[in-house]
Amino acid sequence: MRRIISVLLENESGALSRVVGLFSQRNYNIETLTVAPTEDETLSRLTVTTTGSDRVIEQITKQLNKLVEVVKLVDLTEGPHIERELMLIKLKATGSQRAEIKRTVDIFRGQIVDVTSSVYTVQLAGASDKLDGFVQAIGTSGVLEVVRSGVSGIARGEKVLSL
Amino acid sequence: MELLSGADMLIRSLQDQGIEYIYGYPGGAALHIYDALFRQDEVKHILVRHEQAAVHMADGYARATGLPGTVLVTSGPGATNTITGIATAFMDSIPMVVLCGQVASTLIGEDAFQETDMMGVSRPVVKHNLSVRHPSEIPEIIRKAYYIASTGRPGPVVVDIPKDMTAPNERFEYAYPKKIKLRSYSPAIRGHAGQIKKAVDMMLAARRPIIYAGGGVILGKASGQLTELVRKLGYPITNTLMGIGCYPASDKQHLGWLGMHGTYEANMAMHHSDLILAVGARFDDRVTNATEKFCPGARIIHIDIDPASISKTIDADVPIVGPVDAVLKEMLALVKDSKEKPDAEALASWWKQIDEWRAFHGMRYETSPDVIKPQEVIEMLHRLTNGDAFVTSDVGQHQMFAAQYYKFDKPNRWINSGGLGTMGFGLPAAMGIKLTHPDDEVLCITGEGSIQMNIQELSTCNQYKLPVKIINLNNQALGMVKQWQDMNYESRHSHSYMESLPDFIKLAEAYGHVGVRIDKKEDLEPKLKEVLAMKDTLVFVDIQVDRFEHVYPMQVARGCMKDMWLSKTERV
Ligand SMILES: Cc1ncc(C[n+]2csc(CCOP(=O)(O)OP(=O)(O)O)c2C)c(N)n1
Ligand SMILES: [Mg+2]
Repeated sequence: MRRIISVLLENESGALSRVVGLFSQRNYNIETLTVAPTEDETLSRLTVTTTGSDRVIEQITKQLNKLVEVVKLVDLTEGPHIERELMLIKLKATGSQRAEIKRTVDIFRGQIVDVTSSVYTVQLAGASDKLDGFVQAIGTSGVLEVVRSGVSGIARGEKVLSL
Repeated sequence: MELLSGADMLIRSLQDQGIEYIYGYPGGAALHIYDALFRQDEVKHILVRHEQAAVHMADGYARATGLPGTVLVTSGPGATNTITGIATAFMDSIPMVVLCGQVASTLIGEDAFQETDMMGVSRPVVKHNLSVRHPSEIPEIIRKAYYIASTGRPGPVVVDIPKDMTAPNERFEYAYPKKIKLRSYSPAIRGHAGQIKKAVDMMLAARRPIIYAGGGVILGKASGQLTELVRKLGYPITNTLMGIGCYPASDKQHLGWLGMHGTYEANMAMHHSDLILAVGARFDDRVTNATEKFCPGARIIHIDIDPASISKTIDADVPIVGPVDAVLKEMLALVKDSKEKPDAEALASWWKQIDEWRAFHGMRYETSPDVIKPQEVIEMLHRLTNGDAFVTSDVGQHQMFAAQYYKFDKPNRWINSGGLGTMGFGLPAAMGIKLTHPDDEVLCITGEGSIQMNIQELSTCNQYKLPVKIINLNNQALGMVKQWQDMNYESRHSHSYMESLPDFIKLAEAYGHVGVRIDKKEDLEPKLKEVLAMKDTLVFVDIQVDRFEHVYPMQVARGCMKDMWLSKTERV
């Protein structure tokens, strides 16, 4: 099953390599990984999406917790949560394609953030499957370049992951 | 406050940490530190002949005393030479701090002379590693390193120290932190009371219970609590290779150790049990055999300080995360207070069954009128040392024979590389023990293959007068490899022969020691007695043993606990 694991990490050099190293060392899978400092500059927030059996996921959370620099973590997929990913996508846009792309971007509530005579650069945020859906709708033949940020997530409601 | 250079702060921190011995080898990036060492005499430094040996020495010391060992090496090759030792300690959860020199921080990343990314190289085999970014951080980093290495599930911690951090002309205020607290690291201090209660109820209701104890009992200094609980319950106990000595082997309730080369009765009892109390053990593949066939009728209670060890390979019905000593103590109190008692009738018939298994096989081997059997050497050593020696081993058949036939009644006396299986471990580990236990007998049981992996340490033994006894069970082969080739590759002995072996007697003498060769069965006892009487001498005893012996019992690969070879021809 796909899981979104959110981690508060000491903001120290080397901490990220321990997390990444753990995944490769133990043969766990990383689908996406995002990391950035938080409002408390001593902490980073890391979000990793992964897949695996229940046993593997249990091991992943336990092994992550064992890393000395991991302060706290939560498996967001265990409760209601919001997930978002940002995509920047460069599309071939000439002639009649331009109107068609514009319509699709509107349907997906994206924005065209840069324009040339032959190219649109589109920004789109949403759950990963929505981004997949957009690429599918556009058709891969028109796609020049795709950048995705990886998933960020947060629990719904009162629940917070903090010290 | 005193002003000290980084190097002096480092040594002062070791003094304030109570470190008596460090083992190491100097080089460019560590020279400021070596100079600081020279200018004091509280912390004693032992100069090895290869950095791997320094780590095994620290490791042997740690296993025998329960205290963290300390290593000091230079950058680059000095640091990389420690990796096998660090990985050995990591696999067996041994507390240790490895101080590594590093090129100056201004040179890092430039492929400077003797620069290796030791933080990166060591990362997968350490509990944690720390790098010094300012000299003033040194006392706190050292405090942290020992704290992390020796609490929770212990393990090695590497400290990377760029040369400019120890420069003699820059001085900073020195204060050694008394306490350390890390918001991201807090090992459990007791088990969950509800889980413990539930476990005790299950234990008292069991009909075919067994206790399965591991190295965690020894690391957690819980042998006393374990022994008391097991005696109170009257249940059978087995332990892992790493748990040897956690419960007296001579006691009737002890079934010997379990797993790949464990006893018939221990493996049978595990397989047929209805309840397993696992204490500080990790259901390693050398214990469980095929996990899907593991102990089909058993419910499992698992106590461990490391939550990640629980339900990793075998699901636990009742997980208990906590220090084993505290949890066992609580269990014992509950057992004593409980109105429920173990079902005497069920227990009696369980013991009757176990005694039948014991009678069927037990530990046995065939003797020969003229060839020396490796097993009989071990049995004799056990007798001649009253079962009270510290015994280190290398890796191979001799290791298994030592573990099977030397019956340990005390913890911290059987010292071997169980997790990583590192050939070359035995001699330096024995040296680390002898140094701090000069009045105890320290035996290194080894093979002619393994001993050559750190043979250069005979020189260190001469320098520091370390009269360990090296018992070389010389079968003229990489015996364990050969055994597998006999069993799985139709005896095609691909590279398992040791041709052109050195004359070990001359070799020992060249290093300033005594060598004794034993090749006749009738000489075995008198010569071993002579050797053991030479209290202040390192003796290298080269014993020509049966070249064709195999280690049994041996579990059948991919079978269940009870599928075993009992000899070359008997399979159950
Ligand atoms: C460093 C290292 N290399 C290789 C091995 C694989 N190995 C395991 S046992 C063994 C043979 C050991 O031979 P010896 O020391 O003579 O012991 P014996 O089995 O003959 O008693 C080997 C090569 C190992 N455990 N460690
Ligand atoms: Mg051999």
